[in-house]
Amino acid sequence: MLVLTVALAFLPYVEGPGVTYQLSSLFVLVILASMWNLLAGYAGLVSIGLQGFIGIGSYSLLWLSLHGVGVYPAIPLAALISAAVALPTAFLAFRLRGGYFAIGTWVIAEVFLLIISQVNSLGAGSGASLNGLSAYSPAQRQADTYWVTLALLIAALGGIYLLLRSRLGLGLTAIRDSESAAGSLGVRVTASKLVAYLIAALGCGAAGAIMLANSLQVAPDSAFNVQWTAYMIFCVMVGGLGTIEGPVIGAIIFFALQYWLSSYGVWYLILLGVIAIIMTVRLRQGIWGLLTTRTRVSLFPVGYRVDVTAPASAERSAPAASMTGTDAAGNPGSPPPGIDTRDGHD
Amino acid sequence: MIWVNTVLQGILLGGYYALFAAGLSLMFGVMRLVNLAHGDLAVLAAFGSVVLVDQAHLNAWATLIVVVPLMAVIGYLLQRYLLNLTVGVTPLASILVTFGLSIIISNALLQVFSADSRGLQAGNISIEAIGLGDGLAVGRFDVLVFGVAVVLLAGLQLFLSRTMTGRLMRACADDRQTASLMGINERHVYALATAVALATVAVAGILAGMRTQFTPTSGPMDLIFAFEAVVIGGLGSLWGTLAGGIVLGVAQTVGGQINSADQILAGHLVFLAVLAFRPRGLFGRVTVA
Repeated sequence: MLVLTVALAFLPYVEGPGVTYQLSSLFVLVILASMWNLLAGYAGLVSIGLQGFIGIGSYSLLWLSLHGVGVYPAIPLAALISAAVALPTAFLAFRLRGGYFAIGTWVIAEVFLLIISQVNSLGAGSGASLNGLSAYSPAQRQADTYWVTLALLIAALGGIYLLLRSRLGLGLTAIRDSESAAGSLGVRVTASKLVAYLIAALGCGAAGAIMLANSLQVAPDSAFNVQWTAYMIFCVMVGGLGTIEGPVIGAIIFFALQYWLSSYGVWYLILLGVIAIIMTVRLRQGIWGLLTTRTRVSLFPVGYRVDVTAPASAERSAPAASMTGTDAAGNPGSPPPGIDTRDGHD
Repeated sequence: MIWVNTVLQGILLGGYYALFAAGLSLMFGVMRLVNLAHGDLAVLAAFGSVVLVDQAHLNAWATLIVVVPLMAVIGYLLQRYLLNLTVGVTPLASILVTFGLSIIISNALLQVFSADSRGLQAGNISIEAIGLGDGLAVGRFDVLVFGVAVVLLAGLQLFLSRTMTGRLMRACADDRQTASLMGINERHVYALATAVALATVAVAGILAGMRTQFTPTSGPMDLIFAFEAVVIGGLGSLWGTLAGGIVLGVAQTVGGQINSADQILAGHLVFLAVLAFRPRGLFGRVTVA
């Protein structure tokens, strides 16, 4: 992992802006997919409105830049603005559940779109360009943006990893498996979900800001497009829901498909839809889930490694602490007696 | 006087939204399934009519006779062989599968019909108005659609409360396992519910297509308005859905009268206000679940 990170960090010295631009887009996709996965795979919240926070992130960066804030310092600020905007909307969205929550978040994203489209200083409906980076040479700008993106990617994945190893993350996993059971065991359900929602808004806001720094242009209809959420869903469902590695793998697969197939236009999108449906219905644990149930590999271990004396049942619940949610012991809050837990809580 | 007219138009607009919302409400009520492809299926039905008008030279009204049963059959098969796989697992599965369907349908339509906007000709009725004196007038077609919405909702209510199939649907909605222990084939009952829902979706899609132009990508907006009507009215109440549609319609026309760019935004804001202050909806009998 460390070697890979170092290799990626030195890449701009070896490769040109073409490659780093593509990689930045890939990193953004990984961040986005990881955020959607945090919500759907852990907090049990299926949102179709995360594009709202992408747009808020992009436009916050634009606004900060217009008011004289440097572009790179403004990226984390834009992410924070996104999370701040998410807080009041969460109270509205959380009044809905399941599928209605999904559409409710979509409506909220539409409200952002409609409001931003009327702000003339931000280019209204036709969009605007980011000029704050024009002092840099294109090569320097591209390399800097790439490093910022890489740093945010590491922060996002590392943050999610630490979050899921924490008490809060354990609570989130429990909520995902059974909300009422988690609540009765003392998990603060709404508060935990709220934290996950705010982190997702933060991550998507950062991703949106990077997208603007990368492409230098923003328009409401593309920044707030529901297609972003469709891409996130595809990455997560293909890679593996409820795992940290899944969205990374899914994003790489998505990126490859996009590279090879996007010239086929709508057929390519139809294919994505078909694949997502098949994965949802037939292969819920995704590609990474398939790998881990066979091999017990885990790049980001966040669960309990279950070592039961009876080999047959150890085989069955290998990934432990309900990484896949389906076959793990029903009670993630307190492991049954006789199980050696490597990662102690309470 | 202009405001009275605005509100009147909003009430009639509410008829459209209630028409769209009926199927969404039915599928959620029976199967707890939120169909995100709802709007795209309505657009699919409208394009079905376009094909019949273009190729078979049918009158747009006559296409209802073909498209509505066809959509019911599609609904049956869709539920029986795809959506039933997702019922009762987690909400996640049905949301993702219907969202995937939405993307497939809208892009397939885009491929076949291009992004051009299309319309359906309803004939003279769409330009005739009924004068109400004092300069007030309402479109004959809008009044007809409102009437269709009321009749359809009443019909659904009767269907669910009086017929055998309706009783089976309510039984499955109340307790799926007990219903199947009593010998009910829930997969068949669910498929029938979706068939009925898609028949109403077809009516809504075609009538809306006669009123305004549509494109392969107008589905999500139909879905969002239908959803807002359901939530404003309160889940679990068909008449609440009509009232919700009317509230949404009035909010939109009044918003549009104040500033023409704000029509849709005004509807969204009223929806959010209802969520904030009356989360059970204006007429809801159950909690928002």
